[in-house]
Amino acid sequence: MKTAPSERHTLSILVDNEAGVLARIVGLFSARGYNIDSLTVADVSGDHAVSRITVVTSGPPAVIEQIMAQLDRLVPVHRVLDLTALGPHVEREMALVKVAGVGDKRVEALRLADIFRARPVDTTTQSFVFEISGSTEKVNQFVELMREVGLVEVARTGVVAIARGKEAV
Amino acid sequence: MASLSASAPRDLTGAEIIVQALTDLGVEVIFGYPGGAVLPIYDALFHQTRIRHILVRHEQAAIHAAEGYARSTGKPGVALVTSGPGATNAVTGITDAMCDSIPIVVLTGQVPTHLIGTDAFQECDTVGITRHCSKHNYLVKDVTRLGDIIHEAFHIATAGRPGPVVVDLPKDIQVARARYVRPGKIEHKTYKPQIKGDLKAIEAACEMIAAAERPILYTGGGIINSGPGAAQMLRELAKLTGAPVTTTLMGLGTIPQDDKQFLGMLGMHGSYEANMAMNQCDLMVCLGARFDDRVTGRLDAFSPNSKKIHVDIDRSSINKVVRVDLGIVGDVGHVLEDMLKVWKSRRLRTPDLAQWWAKIAGWRARDSFGFTQAGSEIMPQQAIKRLYELTRKAQPIITTEVGQHQMWAAQHFGFDAPNKWLTSGGLGTMGYGLPAAIGAQLGNPNALVIDIAGEASIQMNIQELGTAIQYRLPVKIFVVNNEYMGMVRQWQELNHGSRYSESYSDSLPDFVKLAEAYGWTGIRIENAADLDTGIAAMIATPGPVLVDCRVAQLTNCFPMIASGAAHTDMMLGPDDKTSAADEDAQALV
Ligand SMILES: Cc1ncc(C[n+]2csc(CCOP(=O)(O)OP(=O)(O)O)c2C)c(N)n1
Ligand SMILES: [Mg+2]
Repeated sequence: MKTAPSERHTLSILVDNEAGVLARIVGLFSARGYNIDSLTVADVSGDHAVSRITVVTSGPPAVIEQIMAQLDRLVPVHRVLDLTALGPHVEREMALVKVAGVGDKRVEALRLADIFRARPVDTTTQSFVFEISGSTEKVNQFVELMREVGLVEVARTGVVAIARGKEAV
Repeated sequence: MASLSASAPRDLTGAEIIVQALTDLGVEVIFGYPGGAVLPIYDALFHQTRIRHILVRHEQAAIHAAEGYARSTGKPGVALVTSGPGATNAVTGITDAMCDSIPIVVLTGQVPTHLIGTDAFQECDTVGITRHCSKHNYLVKDVTRLGDIIHEAFHIATAGRPGPVVVDLPKDIQVARARYVRPGKIEHKTYKPQIKGDLKAIEAACEMIAAAERPILYTGGGIINSGPGAAQMLRELAKLTGAPVTTTLMGLGTIPQDDKQFLGMLGMHGSYEANMAMNQCDLMVCLGARFDDRVTGRLDAFSPNSKKIHVDIDRSSINKVVRVDLGIVGDVGHVLEDMLKVWKSRRLRTPDLAQWWAKIAGWRARDSFGFTQAGSEIMPQQAIKRLYELTRKAQPIITTEVGQHQMWAAQHFGFDAPNKWLTSGGLGTMGYGLPAAIGAQLGNPNALVIDIAGEASIQMNIQELGTAIQYRLPVKIFVVNNEYMGMVRQWQELNHGSRYSESYSDSLPDFVKLAEAYGWTGIRIENAADLDTGIAAMIATPGPVLVDCRVAQLTNCFPMIASGAAHTDMMLGPDDKTSAADEDAQALV
């Protein structure tokens, strides 16, 4: 059987903020062999009742449809949205990028950071930690460039995403 | 303040809350086994008479008994086990209930909250272990939430697609006190299964059926879960549409076995006519079934030229393995009701299916369940056929173990009503049948309950002979004893050059003596001439009876679609054997 090409989809999952709920979601992905390219989770409600999980996954359309349906039947899941299918949305991730070096490389790192609007949030005479946020591609590009000028460590948040326009989900 | 508290309702302990909530929920019987982490609950049970506790001999059996009770009564089953080994022993049963969508609630003891995570004595991560084999689970950390959680657990177990729910109960919560208020109707904040199907889609479905030339209704356990009304409406839909009906293993009983439109069970050991009709139909209407691999055979050859409609309460079942043309999410009973309404209000006519039925008659003529009984050696099929014929009037409840005997029972035992056939379909758990029969007997005290067993499977929960005796349950066990793990032996014969590696049932006990040791009656049948009298004696003997029926050892279960073969590649008998299976076939289950 031919399989349709894999697509990247960004899902928003609103869940009841109860113990074990993240394990339930992650376990579903591993048990059924679905991909997780990125995962973020945080409490988003005033009363700590609801968390929002953003998962970037990839697979053929039928698999994406199955992932949505499987998530939807978990008891603590309020809603599952396929932001990629729903249309225009904003995706951002944040990274902290540590670069060590002296001399020209150090100057070059600072210059590149400026172009990418990455801010130094920690500075020593031999290192910087830059904070950068943007699309996954932009962060990837920045990290790649930093490799040439002394990259030593990266920490990334993973993707958070929200639909454009005035409507709430 | 003293005067105030005198008039206020007395706080209950957690254990008392559990028992009170179960009572309020109408629970009549629970299956359990005590241990340190549930002693307060056992103490609360000691002080009351409304709920009957059935002491099993192994926690796995408690779960299967709860399943048997649930499947045969339509009410949720309840089990109570201790922490650690009690909980882990229950896991097979919980998974079994998950696979077959059986509503049960399992209460597990847990070490006190402050010891959780310290590797305390008999601590295990029960919610972690059961997270993916239960429909939902809870770890109760606050006694004030306990009553609501018990009620919610029953709601989740029974609403939507049913399944097992586990409630893990730390011991300190069982002794802490709180007020218990019986909640009203449960409106879960997130879990709201869709019950009614989309009317437009239902109308489209009716039009598709009316226009079809070669329709088939492919029905499953969802119809049984939906309640007896659903089976009734299926029968009406079959009449109105004139379409042939087949059922999955789990769906036996949704339509009377002698209904002219019934083609028998489909799938790996289903009838030739059912599988051929699935293959050749132009419209397949799947009602509460899930395109399991035991049903579809090779997927790319599965019913290649049909349009497909799928009605299921679980949206994730639709388009999971087979793409369908029309999916309808809803309780199959409600959807059938709406289909009947639409069919009648639109005055749709029963289509002329004469040509289709003529084709089916040709397939039927192959008599794919046929076998020959000759001589004194009992053919296993004959044993089940006579068991059926001699007990039919009593409308027995049949449970099974897993193996060839299970498939022969599905083929040769006929069912006229739902909730009479209890078998482990999805997980295929040997050891299911005896405890399930015990649960069914408790839910149906006057019914004739028979576990059709294999000599290997029955040994997996044989200790439950004691449970049946203790509670005077007149359960019957009919062991189809071929001295082999027959189904394993059959696969070894077909796929592994008849190398019977570890599949001979060596060192069998004397089942008659074993039965007698437990206080059962034991009967042995060895000769075809004695089959009827042996079965009659089993029925006539009060109390529990085990029959050790010696049958031909090397009989294979046919027809058979080998794993990964198409519906059209059925082996109808021993002469149809496929050539030695290649490596691809050996990799399939
Ligand atoms: C718990 C468990 N272990 C192993 C199996 C694999 N298995 C399936 S059928 C079977 C043999 C069953 O033998 P028996 O109960 O004698 O039934 P028969 O096939 O001979 O009728 C085995 C081992 C299983 N289904 N369940
Ligand atoms: Mg056997």
